[in-house]
Amino acid sequence: MEDIAHPETPGSDPAEGEAVLERRGLDRLIAVLRHDGYRVIGPTLDDNAIVLRELESGDRLPDGWGVTTAPGLYRVHRRDDAAVFGHSSGPQSWKQYLHPPRRQLWSTDGDGDFETPPDEEVAYAFLGVRGCDLAAIRVLRKVLCEGTPADGRTAALFSRLFIVAVDCTEPGGVCFCASMGTGPGAHGEYDLRLTERLGDGGPRYLVDVGTSRGADVLARVPHGTAASEEVERAAQAVCAAAEHMGRHMPDVDLRELLRTARDAEVWDDVASRCLTCGNCTMVCPTCFCTTVEDVTDLSGTHAERWQRWASCFEPEYSHLHGGDVRESGQSRYRQWISHKLGTWYDQFGSSGCVGCGRCIDWCPVGIDITEEAARLTGALPTIGPDPTEGSG
Amino acid sequence: MAPASDPMVPTRYRVGDRTTETHDSVTLTLVPVRAALPTFDPGQFMMLAVPGVGEVAISISGDPAAPELQHTVRAVGAVSRAIHDAPVGSALGVRGPFGTGWDLGSCAGRDVVIVAGGVGLAAVRSALLAILAGREAYRRVVLVVGARSPDEFLFRRELDAWGASGAIDLEITVDQPTGDWDGSVGFVTEPVGRLSLDPGRTTALLCGPEPMMRFAARVLIGNGVAAEDVRVSLERNMQCGIALCGHCQLGELLLCRDGPVVDYATAGPLLHVREL
Amino acid sequence: MNHPASEPNPRLAGLDPEHLQTLLGLSRLVQFAAGEHVFREGDLARRLWLVQDGRVMLHTYVPGRGDVPIQTLGAGDVLGWSWLTAPHRWHFTATALSEARAREIDAAILHESSSADPAFGYAVVRALSGALVDRLQATRARLLDLYGEPDSIPRQTNPAAR
Repeated sequence: MEDIAHPETPGSDPAEGEAVLERRGLDRLIAVLRHDGYRVIGPTLDDNAIVLRELESGDRLPDGWGVTTAPGLYRVHRRDDAAVFGHSSGPQSWKQYLHPPRRQLWSTDGDGDFETPPDEEVAYAFLGVRGCDLAAIRVLRKVLCEGTPADGRTAALFSRLFIVAVDCTEPGGVCFCASMGTGPGAHGEYDLRLTERLGDGGPRYLVDVGTSRGADVLARVPHGTAASEEVERAAQAVCAAAEHMGRHMPDVDLRELLRTARDAEVWDDVASRCLTCGNCTMVCPTCFCTTVEDVTDLSGTHAERWQRWASCFEPEYSHLHGGDVRESGQSRYRQWISHKLGTWYDQFGSSGCVGCGRCIDWCPVGIDITEEAARLTGALPTIGPDPTEGSG
Repeated sequence: MAPASDPMVPTRYRVGDRTTETHDSVTLTLVPVRAALPTFDPGQFMMLAVPGVGEVAISISGDPAAPELQHTVRAVGAVSRAIHDAPVGSALGVRGPFGTGWDLGSCAGRDVVIVAGGVGLAAVRSALLAILAGREAYRRVVLVVGARSPDEFLFRRELDAWGASGAIDLEITVDQPTGDWDGSVGFVTEPVGRLSLDPGRTTALLCGPEPMMRFAARVLIGNGVAAEDVRVSLERNMQCGIALCGHCQLGELLLCRDGPVVDYATAGPLLHVREL
Repeated sequence: MNHPASEPNPRLAGLDPEHLQTLLGLSRLVQFAAGEHVFREGDLARRLWLVQDGRVMLHTYVPGRGDVPIQTLGAGDVLGWSWLTAPHRWHFTATALSEARAREIDAAILHESSSADPAFGYAVVRALSGALVDRLQATRARLLDLYGEPDSIPRQTNPAAR
């Protein structure tokens, strides 16, 4: 049932002569991917944040930019080095490409057939997918593609996806990937995995090949061979990052804890702070809820159905028989955290949370999901350790 | 043309017939314009769409053995009213069948007690038709139906015929008597409480407003029927019917996939948490 | 009118067989024709009945509306509660809708037997209370108007909601 693996030493067995790229190798990597027909999505500085955009070239990467994150706080700042990936999760996640905020489901005229929009056959290459986000992509694939009959367009997006993952060596201010078993090293399914190393000559990127598709791309990017000590030091840096996380999810059986807490009084506390604004659901890389909307043209004969992102914090989300089942803010916060940390296991076989910390960052009142989980533990002390987690 | 396999794309069905049941409910008989959807199990639902207005989940009320599709629709909102008003010859969009059914197979050789209130009778009619078609497979079959007033019974003539046939024990009761009603007056739990049951060999199927199902389940369980043998048909906001939109969650259950029919051992604790 | 008991005796849920026998021993079997009144509103209330078969309707007169049915009772139901409390007068009228048979118990005799055997009295009161609770809960359920049109039911703001 558990599909988030334990954090392991990234890079597994360092291949004899692991590849290494210089900074210009990243530019070349982007060019090769674009040549192969991918739309390369990666981080860039825009609007005072590190956001995800389509990258025409490596010039747009956020060299030397870092971020300061804390509950309810996100600020970019200049680093004193030229790191390209020296920043933690921004306000967006990769889900906006795999599970678009708006898309048309069908259109119809009169009593005619229902037409679906054609598959535009977009192939994305994601550059800079951290461990937390790699886990999130895996979680989304499970939800959107592996349940009841999969929607062809979404399944195709996932199958065409090229992933260049990135290890983290600096925990961000709100990150807790280590305690969720998703980082700081990126592990799982990727085509290439980079570990950024900063030295006097500028940043270098150790490359681990994950698939033959990745090997094929790497072969066309000029690269050197890393010394085994360099590989070893990189692995140690990632391990060290795991020891310096700023926060962690309590090591308890969260599924059982949340199930037991349903009727408890504990929710009044967070309810007094939560604005039910829904920011957390928008920035969360695994929140997937949608709502459908029907529209017509003025003549009323052409109708379309559109699907848009929805949030369980919307009052009308649970609309039924003239009212909303979850009317209070309390019940809606309980729903969000219980689903994310608890019932997701029942429905999809894993936790819905990957420890990226975005919800903590982007909550206007700074509600911290790890703190709320700890508060529940304090209020209900009888719940034991998580049986699905291994040691560490 | 959309591929038939895309689960969010409806199939066109034409309204072949309309039967008025009450002042706000109608039974529509639908026929496929081209391809028909797969056959259903009693208790399952379809997503019915009026393009441009919206889509709602409606239990299938017809005979699973019949070629046409029947739905009994009560006009309670914009979409259900549009479906309710659909004239003969108009075309609706249909997706499904979705969800869990009443599992009549597991009722073979047992007493079946069906309790339906209000429009909930529509969701058990398909089960009744299937039971009547294979009556010898079951022991005693009891149907208890509650309605607000005498004018608000669905399938009134069919109910009378079923009662008169002797194939089932029928009890109908109203909350508010009107006119010259000389039948039973009282909430459905009262005739249910009066049943002399063989609780170890009884399966109960309940459908109606949620509090009605809770109260009736309490009476049945109080009289010895196992919670696992009491089944309820649950309802929540549904947008997709295929476990992708998230709206129909009730605790760990996704009602479009783990319901709408849920056993009371599972459902009972969930139904007693406010605003879950 | 008395007739020999030929049908199974009514149960009273929650009353053990021994005490049920004692209670039935205090009762007599009575029969009502369709349309016959069992009791009338305002009369002295001195008896209760355990309905054995048939149907009885409880109703009251409302000027302009005529006789308004309140509840129907059938086999297994307890009929008649007003003997319990002052002023010991029937609240409503009870009329048999069909031929009906019941076990009639005199309230004074029940009080006497209960004083003489408090264990029996307590058991009977507990069982009667159970029947009363069921009747009350079913009546409250009707007040909820659960089958009504959702938009027509006035909404009450949830005091616990934010």
